[in-house]
Amino acid sequence: MTVRKYLILLAVVVFGASGDVCLGRGMRDFGAVTSANWRLLLTVLWNPWVVTGICLLVLFFCSYLTALSWADLTYVLPATALSYLLMALLARVFLHENVTPGHWLGIGLITLGVGFVATGPSLTVAAHNSPQEKSGASPTQVALHKGTRGDA
Amino acid sequence: MTTGVIWAGIASIVATATAGDVLQSRAMKEIGDLGAIRQSRGVFHVLRRVVSSSRFMLGLLFMALAFFSLLVTLSWDDVSVVGPASASLTFIANAVAARIFLKERVDHRRWLAAVFVAGGVALLAR
Repeated sequence: MTVRKYLILLAVVVFGASGDVCLGRGMRDFGAVTSANWRLLLTVLWNPWVVTGICLLVLFFCSYLTALSWADLTYVLPATALSYLLMALLARVFLHENVTPGHWLGIGLITLGVGFVATGPSLTVAAHNSPQEKSGASPTQVALHKGTRGDA
Repeated sequence: MTTGVIWAGIASIVATATAGDVLQSRAMKEIGDLGAIRQSRGVFHVLRRVVSSSRFMLGLLFMALAFFSLLVTLSWDDVSVVGPASASLTFIANAVAARIFLKERVDHRRWLAAVFVAGGVALLAR
């Protein structure tokens, strides 16, 4: 794992958690959406918090796909579960939501789970196509790609 | 709504979300390291490669189905039941599906990680 790859995983955590918190903050400005007032969903899209949340979640999705391009699904999902921890902390600080002892126990379990997977290999399967075949990447980049696969 | 129907709803969320994750993971592995491709061919080439992948688009479809399954199931029962149950079971289902369909080597460390994270998410989402 290179520093760049750890930064991508960090981006998944930060963008995912902050995007959800922004959406949650934005939806507080509106009442419950029901079939009777579904048009409210169109109004919601003009709320700056919701717009910011959507932009952050687009960045989350891009970094999530990037992580999946060089790491196993069973590595990426637990490794980025720290977003649940960050989301709880952000919700407590910015949305003043209550964090119960049960929540703290959940945060502890997630952190343990992340610790289990983070100390292991990130990739256990061979890529279906080499980057050079599909992308025209330079031999250096291909070597870099193989090197990171080798450390798995 | 009966308990059986609610659990059928939760099962449909888990199944469609897992299918979406597995298909997208497979699509990304087929495309290759997106960071390396972006450096050599640019971001628009990456975008074109991703959206032209039929597996990726099928994965997106399953993710949309998971979202709508969640909405429908939430109308049947409380979010404190549906949210934790679907999120934590999706972690376990992903580990099983990744082992079967993606041939990932899910060793005892990854099983423990999936179980701990699933339990943590269930507690956190309540």
